[in-house]
Amino acid sequence: MKASPAYRVFRVVALVVVVLSLVTPLLWMIAASFKTNVDIYDTGKALAFSPTLDNYATVLKQSHYVSFIGNSLWVAFAATVLSLILGVPAAYSMSRFNMKKSALVVLMARVIPGVSLLVPWYYVFSNLQLVGGFTVLILSHMFVSLPLIVYIMMGFFDGLPEELEEAALVDGLTHIGAFRRITLPLSVPGIATAGILSFIFSWNNFMFALVLSGADTKTLPVAIFDFVGYASIDWGGLMAAATVVTLPIMVIALFVQKYVVSGLTAGATKG
Amino acid sequence: MATVTTPRRAPGGAGVMPDTPGWARWANDHRKWLFAAPAMVFVAALIVIPLGWTAWLSLTDAEGSVRAESEFVGFQNYLDVLSDTDRFWPAVGRTAAFTVVALLFEVVLGMAVALLLWRPFKGQKWVRVAILMPLVATPVAVGMMWRLIFDPNIGLANQVLGWVGIGPQPWLAGQHSALPTTIFIDVWQWTPMVVLILLAGLTSLSEEPQEAARIDGASSWQRFRHVTLPLLMPTVIVAILLRGIDALKTFDILYATKGRGGGSFHEVETLNVYAYGLSFDYNEYGVSSTVLILFFLIIIGSMWALTARRKEAKR
Repeated sequence: MKASPAYRVFRVVALVVVVLSLVTPLLWMIAASFKTNVDIYDTGKALAFSPTLDNYATVLKQSHYVSFIGNSLWVAFAATVLSLILGVPAAYSMSRFNMKKSALVVLMARVIPGVSLLVPWYYVFSNLQLVGGFTVLILSHMFVSLPLIVYIMMGFFDGLPEELEEAALVDGLTHIGAFRRITLPLSVPGIATAGILSFIFSWNNFMFALVLSGADTKTLPVAIFDFVGYASIDWGGLMAAATVVTLPIMVIALFVQKYVVSGLTAGATKG
Repeated sequence: MATVTTPRRAPGGAGVMPDTPGWARWANDHRKWLFAAPAMVFVAALIVIPLGWTAWLSLTDAEGSVRAESEFVGFQNYLDVLSDTDRFWPAVGRTAAFTVVALLFEVVLGMAVALLLWRPFKGQKWVRVAILMPLVATPVAVGMMWRLIFDPNIGLANQVLGWVGIGPQPWLAGQHSALPTTIFIDVWQWTPMVVLILLAGLTSLSEEPQEAARIDGASSWQRFRHVTLPLLMPTVIVAILLRGIDALKTFDILYATKGRGGGSFHEVETLNVYAYGLSFDYNEYGVSSTVLILFFLIIIGSMWALTARRKEAKR
């Protein structure tokens, strides 16, 4: 059925409003990152400003952001890979053997407030003199990525027909062989979805790094606060720092849109 | 295939060839726990035991240094916290207000946008990209971004209000406007999540009930109210559940916009922000653990209530 012309006009207007209200603030942030602080304070120069790269020079050179980018990449990458190694076989078992209670325990981690684990972690790891190192940071990020990966992969394995594995058994493979040679290759889209989501969530995580990172292991979300002083804020530098942390992830999401959407909506429409 | 393959199965277990080494056969027979165990051990070591420890700490007077001695004080912390009308109960109120108001806006707006996007149209791809952007943006950066936009003197928000003749607002700087402003930020960032979930739900609905209602002459509002909405209800509850858990635990944007303790008057201090401050600004580990255990119970309680509603809605 064709929509009425009035509705079609309304829909175009409504969608333009939606898109503008979502995108304008982000563009404003990026624009401010190319302004001098003088231009940011001059509201008359909201759009008519001469762009400068000074803020990025401050962020990347003076503030050691290049090494913080490295920290963020390393922590998110390591947490994601380790969580995939632990999470994918676990999700497979939980899906195939219908281990509802075990699954519930893992998924519970999605519900627990992170602060309630931070205190014991801080107790233990500061006694082991590990606070401020990468090990603890990566382990803490796995608290976010592992349940996410188990959740997404369980849904994926639930939808993967068991007959394929049974056929492989008939052909003489062991169960583990069938998992390795048949199920895993078929799960690449699911693993990609879970991995991408886990990386994004780990990259964006703030609270764990706030408590557990040290001066050398700081990740980008924590490093942003370097630009917020008690008395004043370096707005240009702050917006450049915010852009450095968030723009790469938005660009990545643009290219792997399909996976991000299916990960975010995983399990929403079934049982 | 026309050829019939003879199943080569060893007596020990389905699909194990006779020449498999012993350990491999053992692994194959115990694969259920072999696969699940590493993840379960991780969860037990880093989540279940620490949570139990927090529960224990909540019964002690632990404070100060992480190496300091502490004493068992029974339920004293619980009595103290539950009778604390200065910080605890206001934090409960703010957590509830933040979550309920944010969810309300996110679900209503999310439903509206999902319905707009439901039927294919030219340029849909671009709208979807726009919807994805706030979702993947780093929450701390988003908080900083809005801090600039809502700055009372140089922010875009007051500039725009000036164009339409409304005076400048204090936004995040105001004692009473700070919480609503942070709710606005949450709605901006997370309504897209609700849109995506509801859109997935709408796409999976079958067309027949819609057609039947149309033939019966139902208006589009009637079709939405009596056909689409009831069918979509389980998905709506999932969206509320997933978003609600995260909204209750909101920390990043509150910390980024208002700093420690939720501002000088604790105006955006929710339970999570309060517990964080108790733990890492004041090192009151015993009391903070009590707040966290109570907070955890609140989250579990609200989840349980919603899951029950979902089962009802699916019937």
